[in-house]
Amino acid sequence: MDASLIILALMDGVSYAALLFLVALGLTLIFGVMRILNIAHGSLYAWGGYFAATLGLAITKFALPAWMGLPALFVAALVIGGLLGSILEFALLRRILDKDPVLQLLVTFAAFMVLEDLQRMIWGSQPIFVSDVVNQLGTLSVAGVTYTRYQLLVLPTVAILAFVGLRWFLRSTALGRQVTAVTHHREIATAMGVNTNRVTWLTIAMGGALGALGGALASPTTSFTPGIGADMMVLSFAVVATAGLGQIGGAALAALMIGMARSFAIYLMPEVEVLMPYLIMVAVLLLRPEGLFSTPAARRI
Amino acid sequence: MNFLPGSPRLQLLVAFLVAAVLAFSLGLPWLKTPVLLALSNGLAVTGVIVLIRAGQVSFGHAMFACLSGYGVAFIGRAWHLDALLLIALGTAAAALAGALIGVFMVRYRGIFFGMLNLAFSMVLFSVLGKFGAFTGGTDGLRFDRPSFGFVHLEREGFETALLLLALVLAVLAGMLVQRYFGSVNGQALAAIKTNETRLEYLGLSAKRVFWGGYVLSATLCGLGGSLFALTQGLVTPEMGYWVRSGEIVFIAILGGSGHAVGAFIGAFVFEFMKLYAAALLTGAWQMVLGLILIVMVFVAPRGLFGLVERHLKRAASGERA
Repeated sequence: MDASLIILALMDGVSYAALLFLVALGLTLIFGVMRILNIAHGSLYAWGGYFAATLGLAITKFALPAWMGLPALFVAALVIGGLLGSILEFALLRRILDKDPVLQLLVTFAAFMVLEDLQRMIWGSQPIFVSDVVNQLGTLSVAGVTYTRYQLLVLPTVAILAFVGLRWFLRSTALGRQVTAVTHHREIATAMGVNTNRVTWLTIAMGGALGALGGALASPTTSFTPGIGADMMVLSFAVVATAGLGQIGGAALAALMIGMARSFAIYLMPEVEVLMPYLIMVAVLLLRPEGLFSTPAARRI
Repeated sequence: MNFLPGSPRLQLLVAFLVAAVLAFSLGLPWLKTPVLLALSNGLAVTGVIVLIRAGQVSFGHAMFACLSGYGVAFIGRAWHLDALLLIALGTAAAALAGALIGVFMVRYRGIFFGMLNLAFSMVLFSVLGKFGAFTGGTDGLRFDRPSFGFVHLEREGFETALLLLALVLAVLAGMLVQRYFGSVNGQALAAIKTNETRLEYLGLSAKRVFWGGYVLSATLCGLGGSLFALTQGLVTPEMGYWVRSGEIVFIAILGGSGHAVGAFIGAFVFEFMKLYAAALLTGAWQMVLGLILIVMVFVAPRGLFGLVERHLKRAASGERA
């Protein structure tokens, strides 16, 4: 493996990790507030990507100015995340808070099944791929390796902004502090006068938008086919589990680990590429069953 | 001593169900295959019910059915053994895999448990698809119809024999699972759901108890998988796809996870739903399943058997009054 190949793998890994991180961030945020693993999160990724591709096609079709391509990705994420996230929250999630954890998991799994079929009905099962944004932004040469500006600059920047922005929001704004309070203890937060329902709704819409943003940003470089939601769901869970559920900073590191491992595997051992995330997750969980960054919880007797 | 678990009314219900299945599938030969598939599904579902007793759901248990199915196919192709031996060996392979994977799995609960099982099954699925030279790739492996009890049978006779065997195995597995639930280990398994720390204070190892349950569930899934493979004469990686695992969990909730009979009620309802609904609603099949699952969770969390059970109890208390 020569130097240029290593650089290529590194750049692949960073751009992939950025996407992975966005999706995992949404998943871990929702888990933190609701204590429910939202399996339908994978669908939000897929829907975000498909909707962004649809917008991209519309821009070409109606001959709109080309600079709208990039903002359209964010619009797609906000619309899908806000809309689907809110529907999920109002129709299902808030009604299952007091149910058995097994049933909670099943309800979000059922929502996932429904969204998968709806997605197939809307966008069909042919691969969809709209890469105008990437072509338009052009390429960049780093140490003799040519790479797209979109993947090398845009994706990591968005991921870092999302990370910094979310930290700032959670630590320095009144609403963010309320979200943190609900994460720590729902009942006590309610007793202290936090409007828990509003906070929950907001978090789910935000988490959903992050998941959809991951999909929307992936759409110019990945072709979307049915089943992509399931793959991303398991992958982002692998990130979140490796980091420890609810750990935002940890998710960044775990996403980078898994992203890098995957991109190096593609160049070194393509057969095991799909296995890499699982191997890392299993290896980490063997040593630390609660993930890398989680703090041990008190035992309840 | 009563060797049959459950109330006399329940035994009557089971006897009635068995008789009905026999009458219909022998009377209407085209029903044999769906009935066989329902029985093998039901066996796998009893495995999932064991885990649900411990408050855990696995989104990857189809991997054990798949492993057992591939075991049957490999051995069947290599040595042309008898069907009974193939079932035994396939199931043993699944049990062994369950024992090994179980050592790792028993450390995890809840979401981690469910998703780690899913991850393992995805690994198996992609390995089966990728290493085509050995596993036949996505087309799967086809194998010839083996002898049954060392007698060579035609397709008709083979299916009938397999059906009778599946029915016997289903009843036995149901009884075994119910006995297990009543045993010390089974009771301890239920305690994992309520409070694991208390269980440890009783001096029982929660991990060991859960491991036992995990191996049992893998074995039952394997038994279902080997029957499934023999019914079709073909195994594909699809047998271990997460959709299949989801279906098994779905059937458990539909039928009711409180009792082994629920698994089979659910499996039959599911199979016939699929037979008719899938033809009418191609492309929306998963959506229908998802919607039914949501409705079941909110309206009848104890499943179809929960409704039957309520009726049985009411009848029993009415008699006493």
